[in-house]
Amino acid sequence: MSVIEANTSSNGFAIRAERVSRHYHMGQALIRAVDAISLEVGAGEFLALLGTSGSGKSTLLNLMAGLDRPSAGAIFALGRDLAAMSSEDLATHRNRTIGMVFQSFQLLPRMTLEENVELPLRLAEVPRGERPARVREALERVGLGARTKHRPTELSGGEQQRAAIARALVNEPRILLADEPTGNLDSKTGEEIMNLVAQIHRPASGPGRTVVMVTHERALAERYADRIVTLSDGAIAREERLR
Amino acid sequence: MKVGDLTELAARNLREAVLRNSLTTLGISVGVASLVALLSLGVGLQQLVDRSVARAGLFDTISVRSRQSAPFGQPGGGRRNLRDAGDPTPPRPLDDAARKEIAALPNVVEVNPEVRFTAEARREPISQLVMVSGMATSSQSSGTLDGLNGHFFSTPEAEEAIIQGDLAKRLTDVGQAPNSLLGQEITLRFAQRQALPPPSQQASTDAPNQAVGPDEEAMGFSIVPSEKKFLVVGVTPTSESGGQVGFNNSGIYLPLAVAEKLQVVQQGDLRDMSRSGQAQGVRYAALNIRASSPAAVAQLESNISHMGFAAFSLIDVTRNLRTFFAIFDMFLGIFGSLALAVASLGIINTLVMAILERRREIGVLKALGAADRDVRQLFFAEAGVMGLAGGVFGVLLGWAIGRGIQFATMIYLKRQGMNSPNIWSIPWWLVLGAIAFAVVVSLASGIYPASRAAKLEPVEALRYE
Repeated sequence: MSVIEANTSSNGFAIRAERVSRHYHMGQALIRAVDAISLEVGAGEFLALLGTSGSGKSTLLNLMAGLDRPSAGAIFALGRDLAAMSSEDLATHRNRTIGMVFQSFQLLPRMTLEENVELPLRLAEVPRGERPARVREALERVGLGARTKHRPTELSGGEQQRAAIARALVNEPRILLADEPTGNLDSKTGEEIMNLVAQIHRPASGPGRTVVMVTHERALAERYADRIVTLSDGAIAREERLR
Repeated sequence: MKVGDLTELAARNLREAVLRNSLTTLGISVGVASLVALLSLGVGLQQLVDRSVARAGLFDTISVRSRQSAPFGQPGGGRRNLRDAGDPTPPRPLDDAARKEIAALPNVVEVNPEVRFTAEARREPISQLVMVSGMATSSQSSGTLDGLNGHFFSTPEAEEAIIQGDLAKRLTDVGQAPNSLLGQEITLRFAQRQALPPPSQQASTDAPNQAVGPDEEAMGFSIVPSEKKFLVVGVTPTSESGGQVGFNNSGIYLPLAVAEKLQVVQQGDLRDMSRSGQAQGVRYAALNIRASSPAAVAQLESNISHMGFAAFSLIDVTRNLRTFFAIFDMFLGIFGSLALAVASLGIINTLVMAILERRREIGVLKALGAADRDVRQLFFAEAGVMGLAGGVFGVLLGWAIGRGIQFATMIYLKRQGMNSPNIWSIPWWLVLGAIAFAVVVSLASGIYPASRAAKLEPVEALRYE
């Protein structure tokens, strides 16, 4: 058992934010994107962050991912304080602990699907021999086993998002962070993606994952999430436990 | 990230912007090519000089003379030269005993007397005063006989001559080629020493062609005109078609042993007659010592100097020559590097452009777990791959340019009726050094773009459209 797993099991939270803030200066103005938020996400929980545009939900997600550092407060992922980590450790955290899914997919257009999905394995220095099988398995899990040699531009939006999910999961992270994963998709395709996320959260077999999803679609959040946290002006406006 | 993955990703990224990266790489290639072409010419010229000097025996030859050869009243007369100034050993005559002593020194390959005299070369009805030298068999491969028509002396005792092309021209009939002298005889007329027998034998003995021994020396010698015929077996090229190299150039060369037996009066004979006779056997005006290697020359020179003789070699001169070429090569290198410096700006420009274009990609890489170090190394690898490709291609280009210059020079010299020596050379150190230099310059050029890419904030990079 790794140190990270030991810490998780000891406190029961996958993510914990303690009065975490992220402030920006824009000219003379101080923008309080996230302002002294305290929040816990339990291990294996599906949390939806709801809010209007500019409410601070994506900024909070970026802080959880270790893509950004808080201006104040602390944020823990699997028991480790991200604010205290070096940039090298944060990179490792993003590679091993977190899987990120973006609204605009963020696949590299010059690479094929399998090359895109292989990237986190390259960064994790996984031996070359192991990679093809893991890439194939990840793509088959999202139903793209036959499209490995295709480039993102040759795929539909839904397929691209599924490929992005395969890339997020290929390193078997404990936490999946999704920033408006259905935002660029039509409702039918969005539902397919959400069903996929739900399967990842609670698979038929094997361990589930903690999922934190940013969305502005309340219906979607109510249908899939265990809990909804609504943000407004960088602070928590409402918290609802659904399951 | 592992080196293999870095290189693979770098190569893939370079392929994506193939035109721009090819042009940048071509810029590096041109820089490396100019460096290689200039340095290869510098190296080639140095090797040409080294070869010529070495073949002429200038690197491994020491000329030994008796000290204080010049009398007071002549420039430098009675003084020791600078080299000998600190040597307390008294001067000694250069006689047979000295020759044997020098020959016994370590690293001495051979000791030959210098036989050099003025004679009249005659081929009826033409005659010409000419400098004649005895030539040892070992000098056959020296540059003196480069381009020889005919052949070298058949035996060391053969009464044969090799004639310098210009002299051959004068001795031939109008309209005839210098080579027409081959196989013909010429007559040499020279001043010969004839020993005077002791008074008791003066009336009955006549011993021409005998070495001047101590007894004879006590009595002295007479100088008589003498003549001898020689078969012309070789003609060297004329001066306008390359001529000769070496410091002992003469109009006619005879086998050394034959030249010695002629008992020709040489410069210094009269001077030696007037000095007290400590010499044993023959006295020599000068001895030419050939050392086993140029490296042994300095020590040998010092040893001979300590024996009481004046020793001279061209080691000091060649040392200066090497210094000259080192500076010459350095300047060529600087000029060649200028193009590479310009190319390095191209690398910086290309990589900075790549950062702007791939800002979002850098953000994705960081979101997936790339550390600053990974991003920096990726850009370094791209710069390194461009440097390596540019270096390899540049060496090939430089090689082609060098060959072109060599070819053009060869044609030009041939049209001028001259020999066309190799003035171009690319040694291995230059090939590897140029490639390594291109990679180092490229990596140095990549420092700024790579650190700029590494410092990108992932959130900002991901937002970039």
